[in-house]
Amino acid sequence: MKILVVDDEEDVRVLFQQRFRREIRAGEFDFAFSGSGEEALEYLKGQDLEAILILSDINMPGMSGIELLRQIRLKSPSSPPTIMMITAYGDAQSHDQAMALGANDFLTKPLDFIELKQKLQSSL
Amino acid sequence: MSKIDFSDVVVATSTMAVVMGLVTKILETKTRDHKLHTILNFAWLGIMLLTMLINMLGYEVSYSTIICLTVLYAVQRSKGFPPARMLSIAFVPATIVYLINDTFLQLTPNFFKDNRDYFDTARGFAFMWVLGFTIYAQRQAKRDKVVRDKAEEERRIIEAKKQELEYQVAERTAELRKQKESLEEALEELKTTQNQLIQAEKMASLGELTAGIAHEIQNPLNFVNNFSEVSVELCQELQEELDREDFDKTYIAEILNDISQNQQKITHHGQRAASIVRGMLQHSRASNGQKELTDINALADEYLRLSYHGLRAKDKTFNADFKTDLAVDLPKIELIPQDFGRVLLNIINNAFYAVQQKAKIGIEGYKPSVVVSTAKIEDEIVVKIIDNGGGMPESIKTKIFQPFFTTKPTGQGTGLGLSLSYDIVTKGHGGTLEVESIEGEGTNFIITLPLK
Repeated sequence: MKILVVDDEEDVRVLFQQRFRREIRAGEFDFAFSGSGEEALEYLKGQDLEAILILSDINMPGMSGIELLRQIRLKSPSSPPTIMMITAYGDAQSHDQAMALGANDFLTKPLDFIELKQKLQSSL
Repeated sequence: MSKIDFSDVVVATSTMAVVMGLVTKILETKTRDHKLHTILNFAWLGIMLLTMLINMLGYEVSYSTIICLTVLYAVQRSKGFPPARMLSIAFVPATIVYLINDTFLQLTPNFFKDNRDYFDTARGFAFMWVLGFTIYAQRQAKRDKVVRDKAEEERRIIEAKKQELEYQVAERTAELRKQKESLEEALEELKTTQNQLIQAEKMASLGELTAGIAHEIQNPLNFVNNFSEVSVELCQELQEELDREDFDKTYIAEILNDISQNQQKITHHGQRAASIVRGMLQHSRASNGQKELTDINALADEYLRLSYHGLRAKDKTFNADFKTDLAVDLPKIELIPQDFGRVLLNIINNAFYAVQQKAKIGIEGYKPSVVVSTAKIEDEIVVKIIDNGGGMPESIKTKIFQPFFTTKPTGQGTGLGLSLSYDIVTKGHGGTLEVESIEGEGTNFIITLPLK
């Protein structure tokens, strides 16, 4: 199972790689990274959606996470892939919007990595 | 010693009194020359004593001569007063006649006696001359007095009018001064209000930024927290590895490298947050008006991001392409960073507002976009803020730099943003601020700043 992390912040990649170094070493998690919604859509082309879990930020320049979610669900209205959305604290509007569009779960920043790990493990 | 001829004394005294009464009236000595008036009024006493003395000494002197000389003295003192001239015409010939008469009487009494008839006739003529001219002089004096009184009355009226005018002028001056003071007061109040408005506008644009700032600060802070936590975990891992007897040196080096990298990330994101806070403080701080070398590219990038996230925070459904097209060789330039930052912020906020409004209409395939570009063209720096929003018609374009003009709904815009921006660019920095807009297609704001 591949976990595709979509975030415009470059350092998110470093953070995930370090935070889950043990899981990566153990082969438990396998991460891929995209810097934007457009890049993520490109990556998904030709991928087996059943073997992918998407973890996407909402607030990004250009295509937002919400738009990415809409586009993916247009193609495959129900899971797979599993999509978890991440956004800033207190953004209830985005939460409702994402849920209505078919997001599987919702996380707020700052990320609680213990909670994230549990959610990823249960989804996988 | 001769006997005093009292009839002579009485005639001389009374004639003197009558003539002096007339002369004082004609010459108006009472109002013109107080000393002369007193002398003339007591002249009768003088002639009385003098006549008595001359009589007693046995001389024969004509009292007429003394009277004439007294009149001439009065005329001499009143030189310049018109009736005096008439009196001098009346009395000078008579005085000469009397003096000649007296001279002959004293020096050649026999000759005088032989020709007494001639002398008497001459005296008679002199008397008639005096009488005639005196009467004429008196009438003339009366006429003159009427004229002078009239002139005096007119002068008094003019004086009264002048005084009244002066009073009115003083009154009007006081009124004007009062008006001036109240106008100055009003001006002072206006200035205070203007400053308050400028501050309010500044705070309003800062308020629009708050959400953007929060977002921009939250992100780096999250990284600081996350990288710190990871570093703690890495340290634990390191400890565990070191506790093993056959520890893996390569693995330890890898962990140490990660920790070092994390510390750099923490510093980087900490500085990022600090720079945003600094920018915010700089924006809200009252401008000290000091120009300093400023990197316009950095300023443009920072405000573009803040403005975008500010709008995003208010409207989650909104998305826009925003990018910078910054000249890499752009020289730093002397400007007031707080003021110029406000100009950028105002125009960028407007640009995002415009594309957001257009996006709300829901035009198929519309991609909102805001671009900030910088360039050095000859000896000028050109900053463009380009949006593909709704643009504006000519009628609005001519008004946008006017104070209090806004197309935003009540409460959403102060209408001061662009007018202040215009002043800051033109008056504050000697540059120009122009707008190009095509209705329905978008707007370009072009700022030019002289390099020198």
